[in-house]
Amino acid sequence: MSSNTSTSTNATATPSAALKEWPLWEVFVRSKQGLEHKHCGSLHASDAQHALQMARDVYTRRQEGVSIWVVQSASIAASQPDDKAEFFEPSGDKVYRHPTFYEIPDAVGHM
Amino acid sequence: MYTQSFNVPDGPENQAESAKGSVLKAVPQPLTAAQVALQAQFDQRIDADGKVEPRDWMPEAYRKTLVRQISQHAHSEIVGMLPEGNWISRAPSLKRKAILIAKVQDEGGHGLYLYSAAETLGTSRDQMLEGLHTGKAKYSSIFNYPTLNWADVGVIGWLVDGAAIMNQIPLCRCSYGPYARAMIRVCKEESFHQRQGYEALLVMMQGTAEQKAMVQDAVNRWWWKCLAMFGPPDADSPNSAQGMRWGIKRISNDDLRQKFVDATVPQAKVLGVTLPDPDLKWNEARQQHDYGQIDWDEFWSTVNGNGPCNKERLGARVKAWNDGQWVREAAMAHAQKQAQRSIQEAA
Repeated sequence: MSSNTSTSTNATATPSAALKEWPLWEVFVRSKQGLEHKHCGSLHASDAQHALQMARDVYTRRQEGVSIWVVQSASIAASQPDDKAEFFEPSGDKVYRHPTFYEIPDAVGHM
Repeated sequence: MYTQSFNVPDGPENQAESAKGSVLKAVPQPLTAAQVALQAQFDQRIDADGKVEPRDWMPEAYRKTLVRQISQHAHSEIVGMLPEGNWISRAPSLKRKAILIAKVQDEGGHGLYLYSAAETLGTSRDQMLEGLHTGKAKYSSIFNYPTLNWADVGVIGWLVDGAAIMNQIPLCRCSYGPYARAMIRVCKEESFHQRQGYEALLVMMQGTAEQKAMVQDAVNRWWWKCLAMFGPPDADSPNSAQGMRWGIKRISNDDLRQKFVDATVPQAKVLGVTLPDPDLKWNEARQQHDYGQIDWDEFWSTVNGNGPCNKERLGARVKAWNDGQWVREAAMAHAQKQAQRSIQEAA
């Protein structure tokens, strides 16, 4: 599932519906000690504690995690897909940032 | 479990939808140059078997199709808890009861994954629930049939979940990222559902003649309903081609149905039951099974609200929602009070 951040300001919802709903949270789960927390989905909950309990029941019913983060979807700032070109392109022409840019004599062996 | 494997049009659209649905109008508004460029970019991505993510531009019809399909799928998971929930308090042993609770909880979880996938398309949870509760939105018709005895619970796992898995595996490759990811999660959990059902039936088939007869009776009642779950024949599915073009649907209704029949026949043999179709036989030339005619009139009658349990299911769902209202409100009030308190403590 993907981040619902795009719709946290929901254009089609009526204001009254938006007020009635529990806020939306994004859930990140660390699958085992030593790995990073990874986004796994979203859910509605009334507050952070509630969101953690819901996340446990919805996303870790089979011991999929050892740690959970939840964050309100509205608090996530995201880059714009429309700006993808300008935003990410500057690194496209900097091939010298990759090790393969450099020719090293075979005699050197692995470097 | 349980996708409605095809897209049934929901009830009349609300005014907001029909007002903004420019692309779907009989006389579409002319596209601007920018829209044409975006459409071309979208088509190119679909042709390259790429993925579409929530914030990407997409044609309005693609968005609407996905909202309808994913929300119907979510509703099916939620309503699907009812026929089986019926048997939790009457499961034959503590072991079977624990298994059934876990399965029903999974269905609830699958509904939640899917609702949040649909929400990424800009429709709210409340809107979707309202569609379900007012009877405007459809859910899989398979749940409008009753679960008469314990063997039904086993048969639902084996055949209904089996049919759902057949349909859901290709959805893991759906072009819309959030739906595909939700389906991967669902499919991982689904295998347990089918296996527990089949195993429960294996146990019953080692029992008394009466117990064996219960299994056969349940298979007789569910078999044809399960074949209908894959949706109308390809020739009568005008929307399928568009779904295929968009990479939402990957395998046609008839092809999925055939796969299901071919996979199920040997399982029935091991179990020791007969599938209730005199026309069911191996076709050496096709290297597939032939099977008989599905009663589509009965199917559509159920889809359109006249099945044996339509009213009961929707009634139970609406009652649960209404009865839970004070809980939802109390949770919000509690959250607000806690937030106030921490502000006061900080001051």
